[in-house]
Amino acid sequence: MWDREIRAMASTHAIIASSVFMATVLPAVFVPGFSVYGAHLSWIYSVSGAVIAVSVAVFWLLGISTPTKKHSLGYKLSRLSRSCLYFFLSCLFFHTVVVLYGAPLIDSAVETFSLAFLLTSLTTLRCLCILGPNVQSWIRVFSRHGAMSVWDTCLQITVACTVVGAWVGAFPIPLDWDRPWQVWPISCSLGAMIGFLTGLVAAPVWIHYHRKQLTYKCK
Amino acid sequence: MKVRSSVFASFVLICEVIGVAVFLRGFFPVSVKSSLSSKSKLSDLPAEPLTGSSPNSTRLPHPLFKRVVIMLVDALREDFVFGPNGRIYMPYTRHVVEKGSSKSFVAKARPPTVTMPRIKALTTGSIPGFIDVVMNLNSPAMLEDNLIWQAKTAGRRIIFYGDDTWVRLFPKHFMEYDGTTSFFVSDYTEVDNNVTRHLDSTLKRDDWDILILHYLGLDHIGHISGPHSSLIQPKLLEMDDILKKIHNALDSKDTEGSLPYLLVLCGDHGMSETGSHGGSSEPEVSTPLVLISPAFKRKAMPAGMDIPAVVEQVDLTPTLALGFGLPISQNSVGHVIPEVLEETSLRDRLRYLHINGHQLSCLLKDTIPDYEKEAGFEQFRVAEKAHGNWMKLYLEGNTSEVLTNMGKKVLKQYLEALAAMSSCLSKQLGKYDMYSMIAGMMFVFQLLLVLLLTLPEALSAEAVVDLPVLSALVSLPFYLLCLLLASVHVLVCTSAESSCYFCSLSWGLVFAAVAFSSAMFCILVSMLTRRLLPAPTHRKSPLRSGGSEWWLSELDVLLLAGTIGHTLSLASSSFIEEEHQTWYFLLNTLCLAVFQDVCRKYFREQRNSGDEEEYILPSKDCHPSAHPKPEVFSEKWLALATPPFTLVCIRLVRSLNQTGVQWAHLPDLGHWLNSSEHKIVLSLLAAFCLVLIYFLVQRRCSLVSKVALALGLLGVYSYRAAVGNVSFPWQHSGQALSKGTVEARFVYVFVLGILFTGTKDLLRSQIITADAKLKSRGLWEIYSGLVLLFSLLFRAHNLPVLCCCLLIQTFMARFIWRKLHYDAAQTTIMHYWFGQAFFYFQGNSSNIATIDISVGFVGLESYVEAPAIILTALSTYAGPLLWTCHLVCYLSSERDRSPVAISHGCYCLALLRSVPAAAYIVLVTVLRYHLFIWSVFSPKLLYESMHLLLTAGMCLFFNTMEQSHSKS
Repeated sequence: MWDREIRAMASTHAIIASSVFMATVLPAVFVPGFSVYGAHLSWIYSVSGAVIAVSVAVFWLLGISTPTKKHSLGYKLSRLSRSCLYFFLSCLFFHTVVVLYGAPLIDSAVETFSLAFLLTSLTTLRCLCILGPNVQSWIRVFSRHGAMSVWDTCLQITVACTVVGAWVGAFPIPLDWDRPWQVWPISCSLGAMIGFLTGLVAAPVWIHYHRKQLTYKCK
Repeated sequence: MKVRSSVFASFVLICEVIGVAVFLRGFFPVSVKSSLSSKSKLSDLPAEPLTGSSPNSTRLPHPLFKRVVIMLVDALREDFVFGPNGRIYMPYTRHVVEKGSSKSFVAKARPPTVTMPRIKALTTGSIPGFIDVVMNLNSPAMLEDNLIWQAKTAGRRIIFYGDDTWVRLFPKHFMEYDGTTSFFVSDYTEVDNNVTRHLDSTLKRDDWDILILHYLGLDHIGHISGPHSSLIQPKLLEMDDILKKIHNALDSKDTEGSLPYLLVLCGDHGMSETGSHGGSSEPEVSTPLVLISPAFKRKAMPAGMDIPAVVEQVDLTPTLALGFGLPISQNSVGHVIPEVLEETSLRDRLRYLHINGHQLSCLLKDTIPDYEKEAGFEQFRVAEKAHGNWMKLYLEGNTSEVLTNMGKKVLKQYLEALAAMSSCLSKQLGKYDMYSMIAGMMFVFQLLLVLLLTLPEALSAEAVVDLPVLSALVSLPFYLLCLLLASVHVLVCTSAESSCYFCSLSWGLVFAAVAFSSAMFCILVSMLTRRLLPAPTHRKSPLRSGGSEWWLSELDVLLLAGTIGHTLSLASSSFIEEEHQTWYFLLNTLCLAVFQDVCRKYFREQRNSGDEEEYILPSKDCHPSAHPKPEVFSEKWLALATPPFTLVCIRLVRSLNQTGVQWAHLPDLGHWLNSSEHKIVLSLLAAFCLVLIYFLVQRRCSLVSKVALALGLLGVYSYRAAVGNVSFPWQHSGQALSKGTVEARFVYVFVLGILFTGTKDLLRSQIITADAKLKSRGLWEIYSGLVLLFSLLFRAHNLPVLCCCLLIQTFMARFIWRKLHYDAAQTTIMHYWFGQAFFYFQGNSSNIATIDISVGFVGLESYVEAPAIILTALSTYAGPLLWTCHLVCYLSSERDRSPVAISHGCYCLALLRSVPAAAYIVLVTVLRYHLFIWSVFSPKLLYESMHLLLTAGMCLFFNTMEQSHSKS
C-alpha cells in the first residue's frame, strides 16, 4: 500500500514538475519577447497558473483530500470560496513577510506581490489541495510530529524546501555583480522555484528511504 | 587550575585585544609625516651652501619649463609602450621615445595600486597609507602639502579634465575642470570622449600653465576583458593620437627664446594578466613614464630603443616641482630624476639636488628618531660641505678643469645621498609589517582555540573551566617552545630589512609575549589530548546544558548557522559593505523562528491539554495553566503578538536610516524628518519617544532616579530645541540657535547622578546586605543612566531607534525569553544579533564616513580630545552596548532559575565576538592586496577591533556582577 502511495506521489510530482517546465518553455517558443529574466512577472504568473491548474486537477483526480461527509453543492461552494479566501490571505501574508524582510513598501509592490503569489501557489495551494481549508489540520501538520500520512510528510518537505529556497535566493541580492538575475524579485522567485522542484524530487525519495521509520498514528 | 568561565572569557578577550592591537600596528604602519597641515614655502628654502661667507641666495633657480601637459592614462602598463607590442599599440609615442627629444623611464608604483592612493602619491610624493584616510576623515579633500597646491599658490593656472577623484581631492584648485565618474565600468568610450572633447579648444588657448588629463577608458577595458583583449589596441591607438595631437599643438606654439614645454605621459598603475589591479605584482606596479620636451637632446642614434631606466613613481613629484621652480612638497619621499636636469648648468644642477636633499633630510629628521646614524643623512652632510667649497671656488671665478671634476664629484655624492635617504624613507611606508601581523594573528588564534576547546566545560552546569596551567608551565615542551620562539624572533629581527614594530619592543615585553604564547600552546595541546584521547562516552550538547542527548532545535540551528554564515560573509567586499542587510535578514528570520516557537507552545498546549505529556520545549517548571484563566489568555495573545510586533518595529526602524553603499542614495525617513518643513513632525515624534522612554525605563528605578530621569529627558528635549532640531510650541522659528552647552551639561549631571545611585546600590548590596532586590535595582539604574546618555547623544530622528530598542527588550524579556525558557546561551546570541542590527539601525555602516563626529561636541564648548572620542565611541556602539547591558540585567534577574546564567552569557558573548574578529584578521591578511583593501576591508577591521575592545569592557562588567553573586 505504501509503495502504491509513493508511486502515486512520484508521478504526481513528475506531472507538476513537467507543468512548470512547459510553462517556462511554451511561452518562450510562442510568445515573442518572453524570457525568464526579461519578462519575469509574466513568467511568474504563467508558472503559478500552470502549477495551480495542474495541482488542482491532479489532486482532485487522485482524491487525496479528506473525504467530505456532505456532498451538497452548497457545502462544496462554501469550501471553494473559503479556499479562495485562504489563498488570497496567504498571498497577503507572504507579501507582508517579504516587506518585513525589507522589500520596498510602495516602489515595487507589484513585483513583491507576484513573488507572494508564486510562493502561495507553490505552498498554500498544496495545503489546500491536500488538507482542505481547515486551519486546525494545517497547524497539526506543521507542528513537530504532526504528520499523519505520507502526504503530510510530503507536504512538510515541499513547503520547507520552497520557503528555504526563497530565503536562500535573497542572499545574492547585495552582491555588486550587476547580473540580470539579481534584480528584485528574480533571485528569490528562482530560488523558490528551485527549492520547490528540489522538494518535489526529495519528498518521494526521502519517504522511500525512510519508510521503515515512518510510523503514523491512525487518523 | 580551575577558573570560572566568565573570568576566563574576559581574560581571553583582553589578551585578544592585545593581539589585535599588535596586528593593527603591523597592518597600518605609521606614516611619514612632518605635519599634516603645514606646507613648505619658498621662503623656507635653504640657502645655497657657501663655505666661508654668509649664505648667498635663497631663491630657486629659474624654472625649466613654461607649460606642462600631464597625460595620465589609467592602468597604462609599461609594456603597452615599451614592450614588443608597443610599436603596434602606440606607434607615435614609440617613435618619439626612440627618436625624439624625450626621456623615458619605467616608473614603479607602490601598492595599493589603486587610483586614489596613486593620485595622492603622484601629487604629494609621499606613499599614502590607510591611516591617512582615517586621519582626514572629515574631508575627502587633500590637506597635505602637494604639488597642485604649490602650483596654485605660485599663481599657475591649472586645467583638469578626467577622473573626478581629482576634483574631489583638489576642490577649488583648478581654473577649469570637467570630472568624469568611473562609475560605469562597462563604458569605455564615453569617459574618454568627455575628456578629449575639451582638448582642441584648450590647446589653442594660452591662458593656462598646467593641463592635466586623466583617461579612464583603458582601465575599464582592463576590468572588462583583460590586457590581451581586442579592445586594447584601438584604445591605445586613440591615446596615441591624442598624444600626437597635444605634441603637435605644443610644438607649433613653441617659440624660440621662451621656456620650453613639457609633455608627460604616465600611468597611475598597471594591470595584472587578468586585467585587475590593486596588488603588488610586477605588471601591476610597472608604469611607463615618458617626458617629452624640446629641452631634451634629440636622440642621436636612431638604433632602436634601449631599455628605459627604472625610477620610483614618486620621483616624478620633486622633478616636476623643481622643473616648475616650486618648492618640493614636504612629505615627498622621491628624489629628482637626474636625467631631466642634464641640460642645465652644473651650478643649477647642484642647487636642485641640494634643495631636494635638504627637503628629504628634514623629512628624515621628523620621521626617524636616530636619523643621524642613517648613511644617507651623513652622505648628504658631506656632500653639502663639498658643495659649499665648490661654490666658493666657483664664485671666485675659477673655471679650471679641476673645478668641473670637483663639481661632478659633488653631484655624484648628492645623488647617492638622495637615493639612500629616499629608499630609507620609503621603506618606512607602504609595507605591511608581516612579522607583527603574524605574531598578532597567532596570538589571537591560540586564544580562540582555547576558548573553543573549553566550550563544553564552560557551558556546563558548574561553569568552571579547568586549565592545565601548572602542568604546562613545568613541562619540557614549554621551555623548548620558548627557546624556539625567542630564536625565531632574534632571527627575524636581525635579518629583516624593514623595521618591524614587534622588533622595536623592549626585550622584557617580547619575552613575556613569547612565554605567554608558548604556555598557551602547551595548554592548547594538553587540552586537545584530554578532549580527544578519552573517547567521549556521551557528547554533551554545546547549547543545552541540561539535555542528555545531542539535539538541536530549529532555533539552535538558525543561531549557529547565522553566526557561522555571517563570519563567512565577511570574505566578500559587497557583504561587508551591505553588512546591515545580513543582520536585518538574520534578525527577521530569528523573529519568525521565535514566532514559530511561541505558536507551537501555545497552540499545541491547548490542543493536547489533557491528552499526553507532550515534549514541547525543554521546560521543566509548572504549566502556565496554574495561573488564573483570564491572565493566561491575555498573556498568550501578548506572547503571540510580540514577534510580529518586533518585526514591524524592525521594519520601521530600518527605514529610518538607509546605510550601506548600493542603496544608500535612496530616500529614507531620517532625511524626510530632518528637512525643515517637517520640523513639527520631528518635534512631536521626539517628544513622544522621550515620554515612551521614560515610561519604559522608570519602572524598575528608585524614586530619586525616576525624578532624575524625567528631568534628564526634559533636558534632552530642550537641548535638541536649543540646537534647533526640534521646537517648543511657544518657540518662534526665528530664534537664535545656540550650541546647547548648558542644556547638555544639565543632562550630563543627571546621567552621572543616576549612574552614581546605581553604583551605590550595587556596592551596598554587595558589602552591607546581600540583597538581591537592591542589586537588581542598582543594575537597572545603571542601565537607565545609559539610556539617558544615549537619548542625549542620539540625533532627534534616531530617538525612535532607542525607543524601539527598549520596547523590544521589554516585551521579549517579559513574554518570550522568560516564558519560553530559552537558556543563557540562546538568549545571549539573540541579544548579540539584536545589538548588531541596532548598530546599523542607528545609521552606521562598515564605512568610516558614517561615524557621527558631531556627537563629540555635545555639551562641550570646543573640541577636547578625550571626551570627544569617548562620546563618539559610546554613541556609535550604542546599540550593542545597550543590548549587552540589558543582557546583564536580564540574566542577573534570572538568577533564581539558573545561577550560572551570567557566566554562560559572558562566555558566549566572548565567543561570539572573537570568532568573527579572528576570522576577519585572517581574511584581511590573505586579501591584503585586494582592490578594495583600503576602501572596504580596512575600515571594517577598525570597526571589528573597536567592537572587540568594547566587548572586553562589557565582559569585565559581567565579571563584577558574577563576582558579587558568588559572594552572596
